[in-house]
Amino acid sequence: MDKHNTRTDDFEKRRKHLIKLSDEELKQKFWDLADQATEPLIILAKKNTSPAIERSVLLRMGFSSLEANDLVKLVINHNLIRKGAGHVVYRYSQLKNKSIRESGIDLINNLGWDEVMSSFGVSL
Amino acid sequence: MKINEKLDIKNILKDLDKYEPRRRGWTWRVPVKDLEMAGNHYSDASMPLKNSVPLPAAKYFDNIDPQPIQVITSEIASGRFEDDIRRMRMAAWHGADHLMVIRTAGQSHMDGLIEGTPQGVGGVAITRKQVRAQRKALDIIEDEVGRPINYHSYVSGVAGPDIAVMFAEEGVNGAHQDPQYNILYRNINMIRSFVDAAESKHIMAWGDILQIDGAHNANATAMIAWKVMPELMVQHAINSLFSVKAGIKKSNIALSTVPPTAVPAPDLKINLPYAKALRDFFSEYKMRAQMNTKYMESSTREATVTHVLNMMISKLTSADIQSTITPDEGRNVPWHMYNVEACDTAKQALIGMDGLLEMVQLKEDGFLPAKVRELKERAILFFEELLLSGGYFQAVEDGFFIDSGIYPERNGDGISRKINGGVAANSVYERDEDYFAPVTAHFGYNNKAQYGLKEDECPSVLINGSTFEDRSKIVYIDELDETDNVNVRMNETKKYRETNLIKPEVEWLGDGTVVIDLTLPTSIKYAEAAAVEIAKKMNLSEPEVIHREVLQAAEATRIQVKGKITFDIDLDTLVLPEEPDLLSDQEIRDYVDKNSLTIVAGTVGEDEHSVGLREIIDIKHGGIEKYGIECIYLGTSVPLSKLVDAAIEANADAILMSTIISHDDIHYKNMKKIHELAVEKGVRDKFIIIAGGTQVTPELAKKQGVDAGFGRGTKGLHVASFIVKQKELMNEN
Repeated sequence: MDKHNTRTDDFEKRRKHLIKLSDEELKQKFWDLADQATEPLIILAKKNTSPAIERSVLLRMGFSSLEANDLVKLVINHNLIRKGAGHVVYRYSQLKNKSIRESGIDLINNLGWDEVMSSFGVSL
Repeated sequence: MKINEKLDIKNILKDLDKYEPRRRGWTWRVPVKDLEMAGNHYSDASMPLKNSVPLPAAKYFDNIDPQPIQVITSEIASGRFEDDIRRMRMAAWHGADHLMVIRTAGQSHMDGLIEGTPQGVGGVAITRKQVRAQRKALDIIEDEVGRPINYHSYVSGVAGPDIAVMFAEEGVNGAHQDPQYNILYRNINMIRSFVDAAESKHIMAWGDILQIDGAHNANATAMIAWKVMPELMVQHAINSLFSVKAGIKKSNIALSTVPPTAVPAPDLKINLPYAKALRDFFSEYKMRAQMNTKYMESSTREATVTHVLNMMISKLTSADIQSTITPDEGRNVPWHMYNVEACDTAKQALIGMDGLLEMVQLKEDGFLPAKVRELKERAILFFEELLLSGGYFQAVEDGFFIDSGIYPERNGDGISRKINGGVAANSVYERDEDYFAPVTAHFGYNNKAQYGLKEDECPSVLINGSTFEDRSKIVYIDELDETDNVNVRMNETKKYRETNLIKPEVEWLGDGTVVIDLTLPTSIKYAEAAAVEIAKKMNLSEPEVIHREVLQAAEATRIQVKGKITFDIDLDTLVLPEEPDLLSDQEIRDYVDKNSLTIVAGTVGEDEHSVGLREIIDIKHGGIEKYGIECIYLGTSVPLSKLVDAAIEANADAILMSTIISHDDIHYKNMKKIHELAVEKGVRDKFIIIAGGTQVTPELAKKQGVDAGFGRGTKGLHVASFIVKQKELMNEN
């Protein structure tokens, strides 16, 4: 038990500012607080990505789960995850004029990474 | 699909690479206003089924099977999805239209999709092949019962977005998604969990997948379960509003809410105010009413009563989805019959309380509203301090959640997680300005402009459509493990699938498990040991006590012990009792018109049961009166001699004796007596004597000297057919 986090029930003292609120106002307050608590979380989610998100992008581009797994690991190793794993495959397909699947398979076979990296201006 | 044929699992597993789901999205039941069935009027019922198994008492009500308005959930996940498919059919026939598959232990921590069909532990490995097989089976089953079935599993763990994509592609209809579940119970890093969750939810929104949150787990985990009520509302709010912000419509967001306490606490006094407070605050969202699991022990009876009380709360407030917990969950991974029992319990309780709020209403003053208000204020105070502490992440690190004090009381026993700790910590990357993902339903920043796309254009046009537009792009993997897959398992149980050999089962085909229920006249300690010995002497392997109940410390203990039988039964060697040879209604009427028939009837001995015999006689139940047979009914507890004398006096053709009580074989003894009495009085060859009752075995009845015995399920037609045929035989002689 964490002694610092124990507290007796001081509900009566804390609730003073809530007593006068109507039920409707109480509900409004609850959802305002929920909005304040979730806003930073959703902004965080908008700005960031993760291996799972990038795998999910590759799945939607027509790669198998095994291929998506390999590709994301390679994308991270080549310092390109911030560009988006799907973006990397798409960029390669543009550079080489190949299909999305052919491009992904090339990259899994360790082909073309230098070109993709330089097209993004990224180095290791 | 014929109702008397087994599902062909092999056929379901065939061509799964080509399977396409027939629809996307969630389906609610269709309410029927003022439904009338067999003279009963229902206020909150939904469209009846084409095929179903009604409740046992339905036989007294023209076999009607009214369906409640709530979607009913059954959780089915034994580790072998191929056997779960069979149980899904059983559950659907008993009224389930939301089939939920629990994931195998450890899947939350798998970084990526699992493929193939490995056997699960405490759940099923959720894979594309398994999902397709079960969805394909449910297509067949929903056509059979005549109501759409929602298929459901989990979008959580460190592969949430991967799973969400697969679910959207495969037409999964509902899913649990709540990043707080990852954080608190799976110790997955909180930043990663929320970042992944937004993507998962956005994909689920595209798939029109109904979302259920994970807040109810706080109740199951907290040391003093009911004290987490204020926190539960906060958890629900965080996931609900975060989901709205990620793109899910409110009508597809369901709160997983559990009545937090159970008897011997005053159940309704604690659970009802909470349920009301929650529904007030979350009036725009859906309610998935879960049942209490926290206090489940091995008594299936106790669990069932708790669950019925839980459903009273559903009826007094609201529930869009009524989940069911199997009453055996306190002692094992659910068994077939308990899924079915739980569905029946839900149907029985919800239909039983049909129209409740037309007759009673919740009070607007006094204890209830005061408690409701208090809980709401406590939840708001929780939120205020959460924000003061620095926001959600800091609050989790500070151990705010799953604390067993009723907030603002704090017990210091909350679950604390480090912001930068846990599984998959430091695995989130900020997107660069030129970040891009050329797919549909991607959440968050996506620089489409760099490729000339406008704000409202879908980035997947650049790749001629993603798998969401073009299914042919999905890469289907069949199996990855040659030794752990469905084909290997099906081969092991081949003889039970392809021959007429059977074994009893509780979860898997051929598992051989049986339960014996023993009342032993000794103390609990001796009773347990004795029960195991008895099971061994009955040649059960792996005997294990699964339930114990003190009847009185010294006098008796009730023990349920499970074990496995080691032999098979070959159906081909069984001799079945002959099917009754029945006459048509017309043939019977014709005979009665020409010859006239009279019977005398009564329930014999000290026996007040009348329903069964009235069913056989009364015209309104399709009894033998309808053929024009004259029936002289003497009532219940009729002495045997009175029955015989009445038959003599009325010059009757037959005596119908009903005998329900079977204690000490009294029913058979009475049959013997009436036969002997008729012989004594020299009238035995004048009358056909027929005995009927729920515990009557026809062969044994005849041995007592009566002409026929009729057991459970007998109809007037059976009895009338027998009398007419017997009369014809007597006339021939």
